[in-house]
Amino acid sequence: MSKIVKIEDLNKAAQKGLVTLMPKKTKIMVGMATSGIASGAAEVYKALDEEIKKRKLGIILKKTGSMGMDCIEPLVDVVSPNMPRMAFGRMTAKKVPALIDQIVKGAIETEKPVYVIDEEEFICTDKKIKYLKGRRPAALKDIPAIGDVPFYAKQVKLATRNCGVIDPENIDEYIARGGYFSIYKALTKMKPDAVIDDIIKSGLRGRGGGGFLTGNKWRSCREAKGDIKYVLCNGDEGDPGAYMDRSLMEGDPHSVIEGMIIGAYAIGACEGYIYVRNEYPLAVANLAKAIEQARDYGLLGKKILKSGFNFDIRISKGAGAFVCGESTALMASLEGKAGEPRAKYIHTVEHGLWDRPSNLNNVETWANVPLIIARGGKWFAGIGDKASAGTKVFSLVGKVNNIGLVEVPMGIPMKDIVFDIGGGIPEGRAFKAVQTGGPSGGCIPATMENLPVTYDDLWKAGSMMGSGGMIVMDDKTCMVDLARYFIEFLESESCGKCVPCREGVHRMRQILEDICAGKGRKGDIELLENMSAAIIDGSLCGLGSSAPNPVLSTIKYFRDEYEAHIRDKKCPAAVCKALIKYRIDVDKCTGCGRCPKVCPTGAARGKIKQAHTIDLKTCIKCGACLESCNFDAIIVE
Amino acid sequence: MNKVMNKKIKEIIGKYDVDKTSLIAILQDMQNEFRYLPKEALVETGKHLDMPLARIYEVATFYNAFSLKPRGKYLVEVCAGTACHVKGGFNLLEKLERELNIKCGQTTEDGTFTLEQVRCLGCCSLAPVVRIDNNIHAYLTQDKIPRILKNYKK
Ligand SMILES: Cc1cc2nc3c(=O)[nH]c(=O)nc-3n(C[C@H](O)[C@H](O)[C@H](O)COP(=O)(O)O)c2cc1C
Ligand code: SF4
Ligand code: FES
Repeated sequence: MSKIVKIEDLNKAAQKGLVTLMPKKTKIMVGMATSGIASGAAEVYKALDEEIKKRKLGIILKKTGSMGMDCIEPLVDVVSPNMPRMAFGRMTAKKVPALIDQIVKGAIETEKPVYVIDEEEFICTDKKIKYLKGRRPAALKDIPAIGDVPFYAKQVKLATRNCGVIDPENIDEYIARGGYFSIYKALTKMKPDAVIDDIIKSGLRGRGGGGFLTGNKWRSCREAKGDIKYVLCNGDEGDPGAYMDRSLMEGDPHSVIEGMIIGAYAIGACEGYIYVRNEYPLAVANLAKAIEQARDYGLLGKKILKSGFNFDIRISKGAGAFVCGESTALMASLEGKAGEPRAKYIHTVEHGLWDRPSNLNNVETWANVPLIIARGGKWFAGIGDKASAGTKVFSLVGKVNNIGLVEVPMGIPMKDIVFDIGGGIPEGRAFKAVQTGGPSGGCIPATMENLPVTYDDLWKAGSMMGSGGMIVMDDKTCMVDLARYFIEFLESESCGKCVPCREGVHRMRQILEDICAGKGRKGDIELLENMSAAIIDGSLCGLGSSAPNPVLSTIKYFRDEYEAHIRDKKCPAAVCKALIKYRIDVDKCTGCGRCPKVCPTGAARGKIKQAHTIDLKTCIKCGACLESCNFDAIIVE
Repeated sequence: MNKVMNKKIKEIIGKYDVDKTSLIAILQDMQNEFRYLPKEALVETGKHLDMPLARIYEVATFYNAFSLKPRGKYLVEVCAGTACHVKGGFNLLEKLERELNIKCGQTTEDGTFTLEQVRCLGCCSLAPVVRIDNNIHAYLTQDKIPRILKNYKK
């Protein structure tokens, strides 16, 4: 590969990328992010590869990231002449021959796409390219366009613009989508200060939790004294139940890398590190390949684009510690030490990694940067909410029908995400609450479903934006158990450096465990509130000072549930094992004999074709009978 | 000391300069190679980096990815992330404890399985999930567990 120096070189790479991105011949893409692979995408890919080779077809087979709709994976996208792009959901290796058959015929037979994409939007360059000149073939008339699928209709894809569209291992496809033109623009036409001004103008706030204005942080780091400065990327994603950053690093690693190059230029940094969570091997692999390609093109390394600017990036793998997502702990970990945070009054923009000025941003923050430089800060500021510009990626999971990764404009009401995009609650159950912000966040109850999703509104409601976990809960989720769950998580992840966090969170966990076990005492709620105040005040880092949030917000909105546990020894959601009983609804039980078979203790018993019973003495409440019953006859209360 | 192990340890250390920053990376390589951190590995790493064993031990015990005890042939990791928790992942853990006849954190007597909990595997959309020997088992239910374990025992 020859190095990119001039705009013509970039254009040439873009042309090359477009050939595979929107080919004249048939192309098949398989969504091969971690969640796709876990749903069986690798087997589908293998079957496609074999079938194509067996029949000697000139079909391009590619891997891509995830478009977000994980509930229909494995997802196979087909682009062929005279057809729009078609997305086939829930693919299996078995269905592959039939799919190939119909592709060869140019027809739609047994396999029907879930949706079609008539044109690709190139958001960096503000262009749209159609797949089809004329009208869609009649066979596809009834298939919705992607924009009409409820899951996608209200989404705006900025940070995830390339996920599920490009082959993440192909730099030319990234360039074809307008990538690396932003660093070219910055290096050739903008002074570092102008770059920072544009980022400030965009209103971009950190997507990793706190929502700090990115441009301001960059400016402080630029102004800090020191010859050697670092830009760092926080890919630790410790929030359990969230995977936005994984999806970005896997599906579009170049956007993160380009963002960091632009940041480094603006700040005056010469080295960068991406700190990736231990559990994300595919993200590490794709980032490593992308860095290699960027080096080959002269977009990383010495004299980038023949300017005087030198910058390179290294990847560092985390080793499994939630607290390492915290900025100072992350830097300690990068230095090879145990990841213990340090006091906040020493600013990392001045004294960070190896005591040098360091600027840390989250993966999604970095991925937004090239787009802002391409389209201008003013354009970006016009999207979303006034004080929370742009979009936010959320992992919409839990008790919701359409599970997946969604990117929405800031300010969108919570209920639009849960009901319009998420398709509501499964099995017609009642919507109870949404948990955001992970272990540092809180719950938004269903009564506040109109709450606009912005940094400040979430904060005022007692939760926070966090990095983007959004866990939907129905009436079968116990809020006391949830609070206990988060506190237990934080207890095990506290680094133990300061007493309020180490001992306080430990004690809170014991109290919550007692409440869940039916051993709660009068005054426990107040005790939890008092302890929370002390822990918030006395902890050194954000882990401790936000640890009580899940408890406080559930007490605030679901105090009656705490009281039911403590006073009545009842778990209204029927989750806490010490407070529930399993029994069989004799009217519904058909005596099919399934539950006695699965019950590990023999508590579920009965004669075939006669209503069964559960012996409460031997029942260990494992839920095996509930899972196995086809007649809804198991009652938990 | 086991000769093969000793050679491997030397090999891994040989890849790194004498730079304290590399400590975590060296331990990660050791963990990958042996699936736990043998004492010899910690001692040799300390000698190479000119660091007291206590510092090595501090790091080795701080991070969840490191294990000081040998693990079984297959690692069974039950996701205890939020999405998996609200979908009843805890029942899967208890089922696995009963099936394998061990508690979370232990290894079966025959050395086949080690049972552990992890915090989110990033597959929250497929909750509840269990990862066995790096394969994700999605939307898992208790009744599927015996058959899955049987496949590994073969
Ligand atoms: C305990 C704790 C864990 C955190 N975990 C993460 C994380 O996993 N990912 C992340 O981007 N930020 C995390 N943060 C926030 C970071 O400290 C930091 O604010 C952020 O990475 C800065 O980037 P941003 O300004 O682009 O958001 C965490 C903070 C705390 C206190
Ligand atoms: S607040 Fe908790 S996690 Fe943070 S430094 Fe103190 S003990 Fe460690
Ligand atoms: S919560 Fe289990 S994979 Fe994320």
